[in-house]
Order: sequence, then C-alpha cells, then structure tokens
Amino acid sequence: MSLSQRHLLGIEPLDVKDIQAILDTADSLREILDRPIKKVPALRGKTVVNLFYEPSTRTRSSFEMAERVLSADSLSIATASSSAAKGETLIDTVRNIEAMSPDMIVLRHASSGAPHFLARHCRAVIVNAGDGAHEHPTQALLDALTLRQKKGRVKGLKVAIVGDLLHSRVARSNIYCLQKLGAHVVLCGPPTLVPPGLDTLAPVTYDMNQAIEGADAIMMLRVQFERMTGGYFPSVREYHVRYGLTVERLRRAKRDVLILHPGPMNRGVEIASDVADGPYSVILDQVTNGVAVRMAVLFLLLGGAGES
Amino acid sequence: MSRLLLKGGRVVDPAHEVDDVLDLLIEDGKITQLEPRISAKGVEVVDLEGLVVAPGFIDLHTHLREPGREDKETIATGTKAAAIGGFTAVCAMPNTDPVNDQAGITRAILEKAKAAGMVRVYPIGAITRGSRGEELAEYGDLRDAGCVAISDDGRPVASARVMRRALEYAKTFGLTVIDHCEEPTLSEKACMNEGPVSTLLGLRGAPAAGEAIMVERDILLAELTGGKVHIAHISAALSVDAVRRGKARGIQVTAEACPHHFALTDEVVKETEYDTHTKMNPPLRAEPDRAAVVEGLRDGTIDCIATDHAPHTVDDKRVEYDQAAFGIVGLETAVALSIDKLLSPGVVDIAGLVRLLSSNPARILGLPGGTLAAGSPADVTVLDLGKKKAVDPNRFATKGRNTPFGGLSLKGWPVMTIVGGHVVFRDL
Repeated sequence: MSLSQRHLLGIEPLDVKDIQAILDTADSLREILDRPIKKVPALRGKTVVNLFYEPSTRTRSSFEMAERVLSADSLSIATASSSAAKGETLIDTVRNIEAMSPDMIVLRHASSGAPHFLARHCRAVIVNAGDGAHEHPTQALLDALTLRQKKGRVKGLKVAIVGDLLHSRVARSNIYCLQKLGAHVVLCGPPTLVPPGLDTLAPVTYDMNQAIEGADAIMMLRVQFERMTGGYFPSVREYHVRYGLTVERLRRAKRDVLILHPGPMNRGVEIASDVADGPYSVILDQVTNGVAVRMAVLFLLLGGAGES
Repeated sequence: MSRLLLKGGRVVDPAHEVDDVLDLLIEDGKITQLEPRISAKGVEVVDLEGLVVAPGFIDLHTHLREPGREDKETIATGTKAAAIGGFTAVCAMPNTDPVNDQAGITRAILEKAKAAGMVRVYPIGAITRGSRGEELAEYGDLRDAGCVAISDDGRPVASARVMRRALEYAKTFGLTVIDHCEEPTLSEKACMNEGPVSTLLGLRGAPAAGEAIMVERDILLAELTGGKVHIAHISAALSVDAVRRGKARGIQVTAEACPHHFALTDEVVKETEYDTHTKMNPPLRAEPDRAAVVEGLRDGTIDCIATDHAPHTVDDKRVEYDQAAFGIVGLETAVALSIDKLLSPGVVDIAGLVRLLSSNPARILGLPGGTLAAGSPADVTVLDLGKKKAVDPNRFATKGRNTPFGGLSLKGWPVMTIVGGHVVFRDL
C-alpha cells in the first residue's frame, strides 16, 4: 500500500483510497499497542524530526509515541527551546535540520501554509501536524478511525461539527475527510465564528438544536480564545447557553450518538463536564487512535511497507 | 543640437485623435514635427515600421524605496526598471524612510533622480506628517519643492476628519489626494481577500467591503469639500461601482487599477500553495471583482493603469505567508500585461490602452506629456504588439524579484523608451 501524495499537507489533496489505506493500516497497526513489547522494527534507520512551533501536548506526544513504536529515530524541537526564540527564520531553521538529512519533518505551526512552504524547500517528507486555521489532517484521520471503529462505517452517518469554525483547522480537515468517506456533515456555530464561503463545503446552521437533530456523532470544537481579537460573542455564559453541548440538548441526537472533541476542552464553555465524561464520549478513544493513525501515516509515507 | 527621427511607426496619440503611420522628429528634447514623411539630414534615424509609437507611459504609483530602503530598490534601479518597462515617468510614493512629508526630502529625491534617474521622477508628498494620519503635512512647501500629489499610501487615513481637512487644504495648491482605501478595523492581520478561498486556506481575509467603505467615504468627502480624490489600486467591484456613481454625480474622483488586479484572482493563492508572491495590499480579489475592474477600465470608470511597484528583498518574501511583506514589483511587467490581458482580448483598443497608460495619468495630476503633439516633451514609448516573451524575474532591472508572473509568456512588449529625446531603453 502507498499513498498518491509524497507529503501529508492536508486531507483536501488526498483521494478516498489514500484515506482508506491510512485507516486500514492504522487498524492493523493498532494491535501493536496492546502487545507486551510495543515495538516493531518497521522504520528502523529512518529519522523523523518533530518541529513544533506551537504548544502541543496531545499531538506531539502522539507522534513521538508512534515514532518509537515503529523504531524510527526521532527528535523533537519545540519553539521555546529552539533558535526561533532567538529570531531565526523558518527557512534557516529548516535548512539546518535538512543538513542532518532527516527522512521526515512533522510540523506544527501557527501560520497556515507553513507545511507547504517546507515542502517547497525540503527534500524530507513533510507531515502537517496542524497549520494555523488551515488543516490538521491526522486529527481528522483519527476521528474517522474512531467513528469507523464505533459505528462500523462512516458512510451515511450524520455528523454535526459545532463551535468555533472560523479558527478551526480540525473542522476543515474533518469536513474533507468525512465527506470523502460519504458522511453527511452539518456545520454549526454563531455567525461570527463561521467564515465566509464555508457553506460551499457543507450546510451551515446557526441553530445548534437543528444541527444535532438525529446526529450519529457530534464533534465539538474548542473555542480558541487565544486566537480571538475580541468581540466574536458577548459572553462565555451566552455561548454555553446557545452552543454548549449539555445533557439536555444531547437528547435531540440519536440514542447512540458519539461525542468527539479534539481537545483541549474548555469545560463549561463548548461542552458540559457531564457530557465530556459521560457514556457517549469517545474522547479518550480518540487519543489511542491518534497514535495508531500516526503510525499508519509514518509507515505509509516512509515506505515502511518494504521499499528498498 | 541632438536630433532623432522616428520613421514609419504607427503613431497613436489619443489626446489629439491621431492613429496613423507618421514620422516623428525630435529636436532638443522636444517633439518638433509629426508628419507622414519627414526627411531631415544629420539626424539619427530609427526605423519603427510595424511598431506602435505612443506618448510616454506614466506610472502614478511607484515605490522607489529611496531614501531608507536601498536594499529593496534605489532611484537608479527603479527608474531603470521603469525605462525597460516602457515608462517615461514615475510618481514616487512617499512611504520611504523618512517619509516624504517635508520639502527637504522632496528636494533630495529630485536631486538623486536628476543624477541617477533614467526616467522622470515626480515625488508624491505625504498627506499627514510621518503618514501617521494625524496632522497635515505642509502641502504648500511640498508642492513648491516638486510634489505632484499627496498620499499616505500603505498607511490609509483612518480618520474621516483628517481626510476632510486634507481634501479641503489641498485645494489651495491644486493638489490631488491619492488614497489607499482600506477600513483598518476590517482588515486587522489580514493577508488576503476575505472569501471562500481565504476560508479554505485558513488565512485571515480583508473583505472587499473594507475597501469600498473608504472609497464611498472619500467620494462623499470630495463632494463635501470640492477637493480632488484619486482612488489608488482599486480592486473591488463595490469600489468600481462607487466610483462610477461618483463620476455620474460630477464629483472630482478618478481611479487607477493595477495589472495584478485585472489579471489574477485570489484563487492563485490556493493554486500556488501559499506562494508569498501572491500577497499584496489590496489583495487579489474574487473573479467578479476582477471582471468589474476590467469593465471599469473598458468603460472609463477607471481612468488609468498604475503598477503599485513594490520591490522587496528575497528574505521579506521567503517566509510564512502571514509573515511575508505585502507587494509585488510591476514596472517591468505592467505594459505587457496590459497589452496581453486588455488589448489582445479587445477590452480596449490601442487608443484606449494609450489613454490608460499615458494621457489619462498625465491629465489626472496635470503632468507634462501624455501627447505627441509638436511642442510636447519628447517622451515616447514604442511597443511591439507581436513580440512574445516570458517574464524572467532573474533578468529584471529592479532589485525586486517578487512577482507572481515569473515564467508567464506574454504577447506585446515595450521595445523602446525615449525620455526628453534620449533613448533610455532599446530592444529593437
């Protein structure tokens, strides 16, 4: 199995076969995580650099775990400890890393398009671990894997994506991924957090009750206070009343609805604690699947299938 | 006495409704004769058969960067680029370092241009001191020193009160106020046009309405004050509509458009995968905006083509998209793009093209030139409408390499530029 793309810059350029290949590979690799010795030599001798320009706990540790399980040699660079703090440009940092001939660079960056910039200037394979408000492809893949696991399929599912759509790279990747896999996606948020033209991708409603009516899955997006320049909604209280996922509101969805959240959660803002910790929540399954999906991505892009 | 005879070219001078095969005699920096067959002895003869001979093109919107950012451009390199691009005169925007907000700076620019410039340089003074948008600059001194207009280009005048005072006060000196129209609170941190493409790319967008709000404001203030306003680099359909309505009401408003705004749309930001050479301000807009700019150029709502030539260093552009400097170079591509994208498809005829690049810019700011009538300054642009060439940024005379048009093959190029009777560029 191999992918049609050399890099993983986003879900948008992937075709359905690519997505299915990644999910199938993740399914078969996940079993390694349950073994007593969680290590296979698939990527022995391959080097991966995790270059994180934004704080990240989940995504970074997930990539690191995946790299270790597959025996890749990896190294993580975070901005606070890197030359970026001394004012080095991205191109110079990357040229220095390139001089060490890594096989892959996993990049998390606050600027949309930063992975595309790297792809133009590097020989290494680039994996986008989240770029600005553009895409976060491995998050969408792990969400799809979780849905497929729990529901047996993605095709035909009604999935509501609710919250801060404006700033969300998770939303954009998920819209592409779910639609390519045949799900019906409905988007919902206050108009101030719905960017123009988003309705060209999927139907948009400002009414949360309508969005989650009969939903098979609800994907709650984090309100990204750190990216806001103010004035998107009057108060956290009103946001929670109109767009927060509460037990009461959840009754409108299907009885076996799944609740997903990319994390980190703002409890009491977009999601009530009893929902986040409740029986429909698959938020921790998402984390486990995150490692499996990233193993699959590394494996497929680094030619672990036995390329010379 | 230096004498030059241009023979057999198709002379297009819309200011005098001339479009004929004529000879043109230049003596001592002036055009002295324009006749079907001129025979003169002891002159240098240039055969221009099959080529178009037009009054020298004038760019109302150039960033020469000197003084202050000579790493990006100098008056020498910028005016050389202008000559190669077919321009005989450029108007230099005041956002240099220091800002051209005092007569001393204007004079320094003019002295440098006299010494090192290959084409005419007309400085534009600042609207406000330091272009900070607060106190007016000294327009009288600026004009007397040689400024031909005032503008706070790049740092739009946010306050309606300040813009009102500028339009009023500028009337004393007959100066036109050139405004970069942008409502700053609608474009905070924006790096492209707001719309479906910015949404897909996850980039912050500036809505077209943010430009149009200021165009509407400026037109209303021009009406209120009786001042003259010129809308720089118009990019949005809403703005073109505002100018059209303003002109219909008899308000003194004129407008310019840049080649990138009639040649490209915001889709190229996506197609090129965040190439920072697609980043400028105002940004590339959506297709209906591009089409409206073309229509405005066709029906005369937009008076002229200007380059907004904005050279930057490689380092300014070789960064993340949202970190990159705004702007592209334009002097060496504007004329070819205008021929290829407007003349060839029949949007304008040759007289219309010459109006947009020469006679109208001259008229808007009352500059010499814009015609080839006997007695005019011998500023001439010669075009080869059949010449095909690809844009090669590595061969630019400007220091800037920041163009989205690299590699693009265009038909119709300037092949000779004459300023005051001197041939400053020749590629025959």
